[in-house]
Order: sequence, then structure tokens, then C-alpha cells
Amino acid sequence: MLLWMGIFFILPLLVMLAVSFAGRGTYGGVEWTFSLTNYAQLFDPLYLRIYGRSLALALATTTLCLLLGYPLAYSIARAPVRWQGVWLLLVMIPFWTNFLVRTYAWMFILRTEGLMNQLLINLGVISQPIELLYSDWAILIGLVYGYVPFMVLPLYAAMERLDSSVVEAAWDLYATSWSVFWRVLLPLTKPGVVAGCILVFIPSLGAFITPDLLGGAKSMMVGNLIQHEYLVVRDWPLGSAISFSLMALVLLGVLAYFKTDGRLDRFEGGG
Amino acid sequence: MSRGRIWLLSASLVNLLFLYLPIAVLILFSFNASRLSATWQGFTFRWYLALVEDQALLAAVHNSLLVAAVSTSLATILGVSAAVGMERLSSRRRRIVEGALLLPLVIPEVMLGVALLLFFVMVELPLSLVTVTIGHVVWNVPIVAIITRARLQKLDPRLEEAALDLGATPWQAFRRVTLPLLTPAIIGAVLMAFTLSLDDFIVTFFTAGPGSTTLPLQVYSMVKSGVSPEINALSAILVLISMALIGLSLVLQRQRN
Repeated sequence: MLLWMGIFFILPLLVMLAVSFAGRGTYGGVEWTFSLTNYAQLFDPLYLRIYGRSLALALATTTLCLLLGYPLAYSIARAPVRWQGVWLLLVMIPFWTNFLVRTYAWMFILRTEGLMNQLLINLGVISQPIELLYSDWAILIGLVYGYVPFMVLPLYAAMERLDSSVVEAAWDLYATSWSVFWRVLLPLTKPGVVAGCILVFIPSLGAFITPDLLGGAKSMMVGNLIQHEYLVVRDWPLGSAISFSLMALVLLGVLAYFKTDGRLDRFEGGG
Repeated sequence: MSRGRIWLLSASLVNLLFLYLPIAVLILFSFNASRLSATWQGFTFRWYLALVEDQALLAAVHNSLLVAAVSTSLATILGVSAAVGMERLSSRRRRIVEGALLLPLVIPEVMLGVALLLFFVMVELPLSLVTVTIGHVVWNVPIVAIITRARLQKLDPRLEEAALDLGATPWQAFRRVTLPLLTPAIIGAVLMAFTLSLDDFIVTFFTAGPGSTTLPLQVYSMVKSGVSPEINALSAILVLISMALIGLSLVLQRQRN
């Protein structure tokens, strides 16, 4: 097992790391010279904008998934045990359905001749079809749609373990519904929230299919940029450097999350 | 019912509607007689019949099943032995292996795809179904190992010790005591690995060569060339298959209990 993972996982990553410091050959190959130019190139405003868009979309996706997923996970956890299975199944089916199919569903709905435009015209909101597809908004919808199950499942796992008498005690002590949520539910379900956010944030930051199909030519994300450098421009060293910077961003995101999480704990302990 | 409960319930229903409406619309329009319009023009099975005659699509299905079967078998052998082997490591080494196992699942899939592409080109291994299968095994091994280990940690170690005390060789103890107890977890892992392999697009996209088109790659090229009712029909079938797979795993779980 270790041998397999060593050859086909660790070794490719090391090769890529080496290539990210190499130069680009005349015909798209790799020239083995050491330089940092590939990494310096990342700070080109053109690339920085793509990074910014990816980060913003990933954060927005995570937030929306949390807002949508939390009430759903809570109602599932509070439903009678017999119903919980059915509810969970309903969340699982999209989770197991091919991602391309789910993205295509939104292409079908949002395209200019699509249902959304027709609905808006019939309602009298617009008179002419507008372009909804191929925008950052379309990407956001696609990402949220794709990753909501990743949020619901860990949240449910955390809430299922929750002792409901704690919540009842808060009610008995005349807490408002807001403070029950903020001071009892949220702290107790924090592991689920953290897990869900990480599970949504990582794939949406490196998303490829969603921006590729729902986004326009101007709404590239880092995942598309890597593919573009590799398969279209054939600048492998630059593509590798972008890949590693994406990995660094992902790891930073995860670390930052754990960091702020720890700090919140300390505040609570101090107060 | 309190106001909070009503609010909660309606938020959940809206969420489920959000999850299901697009899929429902997609399936509904796979029966629409009109090729172009988004309005209902009458019922037809035409698009489903067109799929059966699509030779490229059938070849892609064949490739996908082949890759999924081979990569799942390999990943199961490697993943289960990794999970069992990890139990015997010192806790410090175990933590290192655990981290290494999680890494393929944490790094962005696009990155894994291009790293493999780069590697295959460097070692001059031609891109084919073989490279696709290798790619799938890379992230399927951790999945199998993690699911198996979760079960392994819940097992009572005294069971295997008892077998050893009664004169079984370590292999016999594993084969006749531990392995049967692990079987439910392994079946779950196999189902998961198989489904993920069938569905994988990104790693396949970078590691596939000419003639090794899998079903998701075929779907992608169809989607790229525009919306068409054939894709709706294909999507409906794929949704049905994933429902069947979940149903199967639930039935298997129930039998265990």
C-alpha cells in the first residue's frame, strides 16, 4: 500500500514540485533550470484577480451552505427517528448523483431559452430573456447546489449526538430562541460546523466543473487556470506553480479555521 | 406548533426543494417531445431510444465499468491491508501514515489530476485506461482504508487474542475472526469506491488518453456542445442508478442488523 501511494501519489507531487521551479521549454516541454519566475508570475494582476474570485466564491459558497444546511440538519436531527432515515436519504441521493449531471441541471434551467427566463417573463419581471448563465452568480448557485450535502451530513452527525435536554433546559430557563441558538446550539455543534465548512470550502476553492460549465470566459477560477496552463497554453512549470499555490491556500484556509476556532474557545473560557 | 418550529420546517422544505427541483425538472424534460423549446410539447421516449443507439456512449459505459471494477478491487486489497497493518504500527508512525492517507482527499482534485498527468508523461507511460485506473486507485485507497479502520477500531481486540490463545496462527486468526467481522465495513467501502470511480470526472479528465473515454468524460463532451434532450435522458438514468446504489447499500446494512 505504502509502495503504491509512494509511487503514484507522493512521487507525482514531488515531480510537480520540481517542475514548478523549472523553466518552460520552447515547445511546451520542461527545461531543467532552477528559477522562481513561475512563482513570481503568480503575482500578475491577471492571476491575482482569479485567486480573489476563487476565494470570494468559495467563502460565499461556504456561508450560503451553512445558512441553508443548518436548519435542515437541525430538523432532521429533531425529527422522529423513523423519519430521520428518510430525510437523510433525501440528502444523500443528490450527494451520490453525478456532479456533472447536477451542474447540467442548472445549465438547463438558467440558459437564455431556459425555464428561469420563461418564469421571469411570465411573471412580468422582465420582458426579454436575460443572460443568467455564464456569470459568477451562476457559478455560486452551482457550487452551493453541489456542496450543500457536504455541509448537512457532518452537521447532522454533530446534532444527532446533542443531548436534547440541554436545549430544553435553556428553554426552561427562559432563554430567547436567539440565545438558545447562539449560546447553546452553536457552541455544542461547532465540530460539525467546522467539519462541514472545511468539506465545502476545499472543493469549492479548487472547483473546476462548475466554473467551466456555468461560468463565462471572464469567470475563471484557479482550477480552470491550472487546466488552462496545462492543456491549452502547455506551460507546465507555471501550471505546477499555480497548483502548489492553490494547495497552500487550501491548507492555509484549513489552518486559519482551526486557529480562529481555538481563539473563540479562549474568549469563552476567559469570559 | 411554535413559530420557531414552523420557520425551521419551512426552511428545511425550501432547502429540499432547492435540492430536488433541478433534478425533477431535468427528468421531466427528458420526456419532452420538442428538441429546442423549454415548453412542454408532448410525451416521448425518443431521447432514451437515441441513447441506446449511441455507440460512443455505450463504449464509454463499458470503459467506466471496467475502470471502476479494476480500481475498486485493487483499492480494496490495498486499503484493507493498510487499515489492518496500521493497527500494528507504533502510535507515532500510525499518525504519520494517517496524515499521508488523508492527503489525497484534502488536496484539490485538479492538482491530483495534473500531478498524475505530469508523472505519466515523465515516465513515458501512455495515457490510457491503465493510467485512469491508477489515478482512481490513488484516491480510492484512502477511502477504503478510512472506512475499514473506523470499523476495526470498534472491534474487541480480545476476540483475536482469544483465537491466538486457542492455537490459531496469526493468519488464521485474521482470516477466520477479524475479516468476517470487518466484512460489513468492507462491503460499504467497496460500494462507495465503485460509485466514486464511476462518477469521477476530474482525475479521469487529466489521465485519459485517446480511446479511453469514460462515461463522465462522454457526458462532459455532450454537455459542452450544448443542452440537448438526450443529455436529459442520460441524466435521468444516472440519477436512477445512484438511487439504486444507495438502496442496495441500505438493504445490505439492514441485513446485517
